[in-house]
Amino acid sequence: MADSPPVKPVSQPDELTEPFFAAGKEGRLLLATCDMCGEMRLPTSPTCPTCLAEGISWKEVSGRGTVYTFGIMHQRYHPAWEPDLPYNIAVVELDEGPRMPANIIGVPNDEIVVGMPVEVVWEHEGEAPVPRFRPVA
Amino acid sequence: MGRIYGKSSTDFAVDAVRLAIADAGLEKSDIDGLLINAGITGFSGQGVSLQLQNALGMGNLRLLNHMNAAGSTAAQMVQYATMAIDAGMAKHVVCVFADAPLQQGGSSAAAYGNAGRRAGPTGILGLSAGAGHFGANTSYALAARRHMSLYGTTQDQLGAIAVAERSWATMNPHAKMRDPLTLEEYHASRWIVEPLHLLDCCLVSNGAVAVIVSPPDQAKDMPQPPVYVHGMGQGHPGDSRHAGDSPETETGARLAAETVFGMAGVGPEDIDVCELYDCYTYTVLVTLEDYGFCKKGEGGAFVEDGKLGPGGSLPTNTGGGQLSAYYMWGMTPLSEAIIQGRGQGGERQVEKNDLILSTGNGGALSYHASLILSPHAN
Repeated sequence: MADSPPVKPVSQPDELTEPFFAAGKEGRLLLATCDMCGEMRLPTSPTCPTCLAEGISWKEVSGRGTVYTFGIMHQRYHPAWEPDLPYNIAVVELDEGPRMPANIIGVPNDEIVVGMPVEVVWEHEGEAPVPRFRPVA
Repeated sequence: MGRIYGKSSTDFAVDAVRLAIADAGLEKSDIDGLLINAGITGFSGQGVSLQLQNALGMGNLRLLNHMNAAGSTAAQMVQYATMAIDAGMAKHVVCVFADAPLQQGGSSAAAYGNAGRRAGPTGILGLSAGAGHFGANTSYALAARRHMSLYGTTQDQLGAIAVAERSWATMNPHAKMRDPLTLEEYHASRWIVEPLHLLDCCLVSNGAVAVIVSPPDQAKDMPQPPVYVHGMGQGHPGDSRHAGDSPETETGARLAAETVFGMAGVGPEDIDVCELYDCYTYTVLVTLEDYGFCKKGEGGAFVEDGKLGPGGSLPTNTGGGQLSAYYMWGMTPLSEAIIQGRGQGGERQVEKNDLILSTGNGGALSYHASLILSPHAN
């Protein structure tokens, strides 16, 4: 059997983030809101890091933010990413506060700047939804 | 240390401990404390472990631990050893770091990439890998870019750090990279993750370093000139991944600075030599700011005039650091601080070594610990 082409590693939902990825498939961005203190976050644990309470509700947000920082990757780390080199990696600060790692699309790498307004675009790698961001006109 | 193959990290650790005990004029039976730090191979379970105790045949340990706060661990081991000795729990504590990620014929990137590779990404934390964010190079590139954007820090200024450290490395027989470096050569080195060139990034090395901490009243009668601990500090700001925090540009060094300077009763203006964790050029720049050697945002202008290099007003990373000498995590700055404190730096020995700041940094500027060391007793 021939070797299959390398596949980009894409984040898979876990129990906590299943609603986040399910909404992503529909092109919507959800953030978790703490039922106790109301802080909005991209949850990495069931417990709120601000008030330590458990319990979240998912809320749809605008998907808008700004480029907080970015880099241009030249190093071959993963074979599936090799055709994309050099590609950008950014951290987007959402208008609601949480920061999210993602690629910026629809703009050449050398035109990305810190502070640039962007909005989410859900793309897909295979079946898996992947959040990316494009500049807001 | 360096591109040495055919030994496990435990083998390296045993070598380093044996050499350190002999250097200190001690017997193995004098050692009653052992603190161990595995490097990147520790994350994959291949690194030096608590079994080192048995490899060394140490049967009377009153203190033993395997510690990991990444690159801040070396300074932390000395801190905990010092506190344990002060508390009467132990007398002579060996602190050892060992790592062996490099494979013959393999690249440094492969060594770190493979050692850090895990199962497929999941959840929110997995979004990084999903965006092609692999490895520490990316994290530090993102931090450096943020600083450049906020404060106008330039590529030339990052390069000035690489050039200054290489100047020191030319005088260090243990250094891997000993050819002088120009700013033009720095700029010509290939991109790894913009804004980081290859020569903004540390080496990867196999090897080990061991340091022995002893009570001051005994150390003064031992064969080597002792180096005394005047200050200890830590700072760990975490990363909230939320607006309002700036872990990329305001690091744990700020908290550590308060503690370490407070304990030593000195300030940045009193420091003669800096041995700063330099996994990347940017790490040095932001660390200098956070210790108050210059104001926040002015690190670029501060380093640009060459003051970190030989003959400069703030000799920094006098052995060439992790960028040009060897990458033993926090043991790189700590070992050079001890060499300079002992006055054994040879051609690169600094004239004034009364107060030496030695720092460790780990994660993505996430963990920080430091020591102020001196050839003079407290």
